[in-house]
Amino acid sequence: MADLTSNFIGIKSPNPFWLASAPPTDKEYNVRRAFEAGWGGVVWKTLGSEGPPVVNVNGPRYGAIYGADRRLLGLNNIELITDRPLQTNLREIKSVKRDYPDRALVVSLMVPCDEDSWKAILPLVEETGADGIELNFGCPHGMAERGMGSAVGQVPEYIEMVTRWCKQYTRMPVIVKLTPNITDIRRPAEAAKRGGADAVSLINTINSITSVDLDDFAPEPTIDGKGTHGGYCGPAVKPIALNMVAEIARNPETAGLPISGIGGVTTWRDAAEFMALGAGNVQVCTAAMTYGFKVVQEMISGLSDYMDRKGFTSTSELVGRAVPNVTDWQYLNLNYVTKAEINQDDCIKCGRCFAACEDTSHQAIAVSDDRVYTVKDEECVACNLCVDVCPVDCITMRKLDKGEVDPRTGETVGDYANWTTHPNNPSAAAAE
Amino acid sequence: MSTSQLTEGIVPGRLDPESYCTNFADHAPALSAQEARIAADRCYFCHDAPCMEACPTTIDVPLFIRQIATGTPEAAAKTIFEQNILGGMCARVCPTENLCEGSCVRMDAEGEPVEIGALQRFATDTLMAKQSHPFARAERTGKSVAVVGAGPAGLACAHRLAMNGHEVTIYDARSKPGGLNEYGIASYKAPGGFAQAEVDWLLQIGGITIVENWQLGREGDGDLAELLGDYDAVFLGMGLAGVNALRLDGEDKEGIRPATDFIAELRQASDLAELPIGRDVVVIGGGMTAVDAAVQSKLLGALNVSLVYRRSRAEMPASVVEQEHALTNGVTIIENAAPIAIHGNGAVREVEFAYTKKGEGGLEMTDATFRLKADQVFKAIGQTLGDMPAQIEIAGGKIKVDGAGRTSVERVWAGGDCTHAGEDLTVTAVAQGRDAAEEIHQFLMEG
Repeated sequence: MADLTSNFIGIKSPNPFWLASAPPTDKEYNVRRAFEAGWGGVVWKTLGSEGPPVVNVNGPRYGAIYGADRRLLGLNNIELITDRPLQTNLREIKSVKRDYPDRALVVSLMVPCDEDSWKAILPLVEETGADGIELNFGCPHGMAERGMGSAVGQVPEYIEMVTRWCKQYTRMPVIVKLTPNITDIRRPAEAAKRGGADAVSLINTINSITSVDLDDFAPEPTIDGKGTHGGYCGPAVKPIALNMVAEIARNPETAGLPISGIGGVTTWRDAAEFMALGAGNVQVCTAAMTYGFKVVQEMISGLSDYMDRKGFTSTSELVGRAVPNVTDWQYLNLNYVTKAEINQDDCIKCGRCFAACEDTSHQAIAVSDDRVYTVKDEECVACNLCVDVCPVDCITMRKLDKGEVDPRTGETVGDYANWTTHPNNPSAAAAE
Repeated sequence: MSTSQLTEGIVPGRLDPESYCTNFADHAPALSAQEARIAADRCYFCHDAPCMEACPTTIDVPLFIRQIATGTPEAAAKTIFEQNILGGMCARVCPTENLCEGSCVRMDAEGEPVEIGALQRFATDTLMAKQSHPFARAERTGKSVAVVGAGPAGLACAHRLAMNGHEVTIYDARSKPGGLNEYGIASYKAPGGFAQAEVDWLLQIGGITIVENWQLGREGDGDLAELLGDYDAVFLGMGLAGVNALRLDGEDKEGIRPATDFIAELRQASDLAELPIGRDVVVIGGGMTAVDAAVQSKLLGALNVSLVYRRSRAEMPASVVEQEHALTNGVTIIENAAPIAIHGNGAVREVEFAYTKKGEGGLEMTDATFRLKADQVFKAIGQTLGDMPAQIEIAGGKIKVDGAGRTSVERVWAGGDCTHAGEDLTVTAVAQGRDAAEEIHQFLMEG
């Protein structure tokens, strides 16, 4: 079994799977159960300033979208930060950390955007023995209306300012959690780095309305006939999160800045993908909220098996391994030519490839009277849609070798060449 | 009750009263909403779907399943009924394993088809439970059509004609409409009086009158010429009234009867405990009627039931699922054997069989014989057309039709089991009745 031990900005944990700051980490009872189930660490649900705690709605706070067999694909929530007293949380954090010294315990924080508020809370957290803090600049609902959460995360200058305060007033490592509800994720990450952040974590949830009640004509979850946008998470947001992680990882301004990957991590494979794109560890919420804490056991065994197969002895060998292969469109090889190929032995003749290609793509699949589907190489642009819609995964892409002729274009496959030198590109660099 | 399963002879009340309820309950209970949702999620929404092609009525299966999956079972039902107005019964009795489900691409993928039949029942039951009829009649045409036979072909034809604005009168020889749905299929396939409920629901379209106990050509009823005089067109869908004989000495011995008679009696029985059944029952034949008779004999308490077919199991007209259903219920299936003699003094006591083999000229008897103890024998070796009007051309013992059921007589169409195009399937009869109706409609509107 591979060594899954993780050292993320000096915070050690037996594995890279942390529970994200969210409902599952709101109190001692849950966190203890999580650690017993095998989670490497938790980010304690966001604490606010001392005083009367926030209140939550008393109607539904989650909404969902589903795939086949009501498999939960996306979850949205309008829950706020912890609604329990600060002192209660601090006492519990201390108690849990004392009993689980080998696990990572990071505390998420969100207080008003002034120096005094941050200065006041940091020593209280430090006193618990927690391993670090995560600044919640991401929560898109409720708290943002009060000038916190994503209201801060959407202004790089604020991020930098608050991060700097935190670095100034505590010796604990500082992770800045980023909101995806912005146009360019690189800017807040750069600001965090300028402010001295030890790491960024992303993504927080995405502004969303999951569904509309078509009888009451109200967004769901509905509270007394009204609804509000909530934060979207779960498997459906993973692609968005992966891209944002990769953007930060390959941005020269932030390259090397540790990243904690968050967003729809459901299986070991998701975690490995985040790590390959530069995340030093991952944080999980929706998978646990859907299936319970036990899911971590599959993540541990799966990642371990994968690392053994690849011969990786440490997670650090995986982290960032795919980053060099994330590039801009203009550098993609236009002489890389592939053609779809249907494995007739595995094909079940459902015809979905045909419907997709014929109706919406390039009319590159032929069908015989006895329902044999074949690819017309002279029409196939290798778009991959047939591969994507095939329910039994029997279509693959065959790469044409250099020197082969593409029957569609009549051109011979040549060496690497991209858009920057393409004759159709008005600003193409002249060939030397 | 002093009778039991061990009692010799043909006697009623072999079982305790509760057993009849259990034995004849719905053998494939309806899907719950949850089961339907999960089953519907398995459909791939295939292009040019094979299931749709395999359905004799060409129901748009992927569409109706998607309609179920998206929470609109009533819309799904309408999709089904547009093609097959007896979609409720077909969902219960179709040999789906040979039709839609047999062609489901999931058979290739994992050997388990989408449960199309059960889903069809879910949709049609949902709509029918609301007692709403999804179709309305077109503007009245002033034309009238006589339909002979209130079975699947006649009902489907009548409904489509009525929908197209014509006035329809259905004549049926029995005292209840429904045909084989009411008299000819196993009780546990459509319990709870479903056949009659379906006819009542179908008649909600309006414009259809049913005349019962009326047989074509029977003294005092009427003949084809009279119908042609009274109506603009005639559709014949009277099914098969006769049964094939074993052609053996002693065939008239007590205890020997057509399986169809037994099934009809069972279907109409108000108390199954009063229905007599033999202790040792032999069913001769290999079709669905044979299986239905054999299984129901067993369920009535017969101790030993043997189903004997002259060819191999693979060649049996009854589907594999039907055969397995028989075996599960304790029926013994004996293949490659044909009856050669009936023994008994007054009543049948034993049937003697010879094993068969395939010869050059067809099936041949071998010298290997055996006898089966039998106090009751059901013949299920096929049915025949009853008396037909002389002017109707017959081919291969059945009414000859062209295209969508045109017979040799002007203004007369036919469909279902009584035609040479029939396949002894409810769903085929429905398709033929429907298609004939469309052609009759075209004919009437052009005329």
